[in-house]
Amino acid sequence: MSNVKSILISGVGGQGAILISRLLTGGLIKAGYDVKQSEVHGMAQRGGSVTTQVRWGDKVYGPVFGKGQADIMIALEQMEAVRYADFLKPDGVAVINDYKRDSMTTASGLEEYPEGCVEAMQEKFETIVVDADGIARELGNAKCMNVVLFGAICDKLGEDGIDWEEIVKETVPAKALELNIKAFHAGRAAAGME
Amino acid sequence: MEQQLLSGNEAIARGAYEAGVQVCAAYPGTPSTEILENTALYKDDIYSEWAPNEKVATEVAYGAAVAGARSLCAMKMVGLNVAADPFFTAAYMGVKGGYIVVTADDPSMHSSQNEQDNRYYARAAKVACIEPADSQECKDFVKYACEISEKFDMPVLFRTTTRISHSKSLVTFGEREEHEITPYARDIKKYVCAPANAYQNHPKVERNLAELEKYGCDCPLNKVEMNGTKIGVISASVAYQYAKEAFPEDTSFLKLGLTWPLPMDLIRDFASKVERLYVIEELEPFMEDAIKAAGIDCIGKELTGKMYELNPQLISERVLGIQPETKEVSVKAVSRPPALCPGCPHRGFFYTLSKDKNNVVTGDIGCYTLGMAPPLSCMDTCVDMGAGFTVGMGMSKAFDIAGDDSKQIFGVMGDSTFFHSGMTGAAEIIYNKGKVIPVILDNRITGMTGHQENPGSGYTLMGEEGVRLMPEKIMEAYGYKPFVVDPQDLDAMAKTVEEAKACEEPACIITRRPCVLLKRAPKPTQKCVVNTDTCKGCKKCLGVGCPAVAFHDGKAEIDPTQCIGCTVCAQVCPFKAIETQEL
Repeated sequence: MSNVKSILISGVGGQGAILISRLLTGGLIKAGYDVKQSEVHGMAQRGGSVTTQVRWGDKVYGPVFGKGQADIMIALEQMEAVRYADFLKPDGVAVINDYKRDSMTTASGLEEYPEGCVEAMQEKFETIVVDADGIARELGNAKCMNVVLFGAICDKLGEDGIDWEEIVKETVPAKALELNIKAFHAGRAAAGME
Repeated sequence: MEQQLLSGNEAIARGAYEAGVQVCAAYPGTPSTEILENTALYKDDIYSEWAPNEKVATEVAYGAAVAGARSLCAMKMVGLNVAADPFFTAAYMGVKGGYIVVTADDPSMHSSQNEQDNRYYARAAKVACIEPADSQECKDFVKYACEISEKFDMPVLFRTTTRISHSKSLVTFGEREEHEITPYARDIKKYVCAPANAYQNHPKVERNLAELEKYGCDCPLNKVEMNGTKIGVISASVAYQYAKEAFPEDTSFLKLGLTWPLPMDLIRDFASKVERLYVIEELEPFMEDAIKAAGIDCIGKELTGKMYELNPQLISERVLGIQPETKEVSVKAVSRPPALCPGCPHRGFFYTLSKDKNNVVTGDIGCYTLGMAPPLSCMDTCVDMGAGFTVGMGMSKAFDIAGDDSKQIFGVMGDSTFFHSGMTGAAEIIYNKGKVIPVILDNRITGMTGHQENPGSGYTLMGEEGVRLMPEKIMEAYGYKPFVVDPQDLDAMAKTVEEAKACEEPACIITRRPCVLLKRAPKPTQKCVVNTDTCKGCKKCLGVGCPAVAFHDGKAEIDPTQCIGCTVCAQVCPFKAIETQEL
């Protein structure tokens, strides 16, 4: 179990966490790891808070993990980073999409959207903040936000032997290939890797 | 051999293919839905169907097994409540071809109304319970399940949980082994459950179960892993994975794949080889109680708890006393409950009913259960599939007795739920003179589970064009006067509600507009935008409960990435400050 690594992807239902986990698992399987991934469907998906978990290593047992067990968090939305902060190991790394999405309760004024989510994460964890939403819009399609974010985190996975660009090429649909390759590199650039 | 990352549900479908299963039937329900979506991909070899409900699916698969085919039906755990009747009796009669009933339980209730532990159904019905612990076992165990079903002449309950069904792990594929359907011969004593036949069949059930327990003590489904003599763990399903991860390496395991009947001799032998025995299982002390009842000392639920999912960290903490190392951040997230999608046709209906506090809404299971969520908060009850009509019926009788005629009850369910178990309720209301207006929210698809075809959608699971049953025709045949309306037109919706209330004959309402996420639905042609000059900040638009509508700096704001231009918010704006923009 010693070499098992765990990623938590958090966001709002419909934001595209599944593609990120497909990219991750695609690369990790190719590299020869045992891989497990877990997600939930149904009621929770309708605009609610959702998480996907990916784990890899020589032998992975649990498809999910608990508090203090994630090496990396990929948060597709600011508040969804702080919601699951206690899943991160104390030395874990967070990459956060610098983007706020109201919940039904904050949109209708029943609750206040909390201020300072990103700063709160930066205070405690190594945190990479990427305006993935803005970058994706500039590229012409807000939907590729997930691939921007993936580009920003992939060097932190510690899997230098995996050609992540190749994995993106193999995974995304052909008609969206050019856009997603741009999104991947824009994410890497935003995280200071290119 | 080929290895693929499969969810447990995909792997069960693959297992069905490889085991030579020929007939599969299900009603969709999270977390079981993808099993049939995937058996349908093997359409040259497997007949797959969406049945109107789980009872029908269970009976269809059973009929196929009686005729000699290998068959499988699948449902979420509450689906087996619906299907319990044929399940119990099939257990007495037995099978010819292998017969598998898959139940997908949902610990933590990610998408369910209770946390029932369906292993008890296997015990109550006196059939085998098989529990895979990862996707490879999901695939492999289907074949064992078919063989056990045929050898011990019983249905097999194949039990997964959300984390088995919806977790992905690597699976090595095999080839399909064809199952031959031998010529059919009538067998009245076996397959007609008249009392005299049932009386004769019961001893056979007890004998087969006893034989199966012996088989369980030496079979590929149950495995002993001796690593030390200090600690032993008996576990099954995903809890086994968590325990493997959490317990020290010198822990020995008895990993059970066949969890009913429990292989008590094997368990007793394992228990005798370790100093301290734990039973690690999610939800109820199903194994623990039986093991303790056999006089074997063990530790379990007093540490692990019987509510909600486990995970490796929770086992470390609760069983081994290891606290997780975490950091607390200074900001707390507020709630983000699920909501009706932007453009959801149900919104206009619930918004309209929410305007009159004398409306009582007895709801049902589906996306529209979210009509209960603030700010709409427009639902009084939601119990089970079909209860929207019938719980309303009971309330109407109670209101009558109390002399309260101020209330108007609307019994509400979707089109798929209507075909599932609403039609009997519709007969009940008109037969027993209930003061309930049945409402069918017809979005032409089974929505919440992710768009499965149903008898009203015009297609079958195998992709063939089929009938398109119209709820208004059925209701008309019962004697109702149906009012069909587009719920997105708020004026028409309000008028229809008033007409139905005033109608002297029994009235029903059918709201018709396709689910906004439906691939066959027309693409949006416009978006709503707030004119900030005319917006007075009255917040009336927030009352429709649309995730795309928010309020910032004293004005309404519409998220252009979420809005699909349904105009419900615009229709409620008293200042006409929400305008549409062509795309």
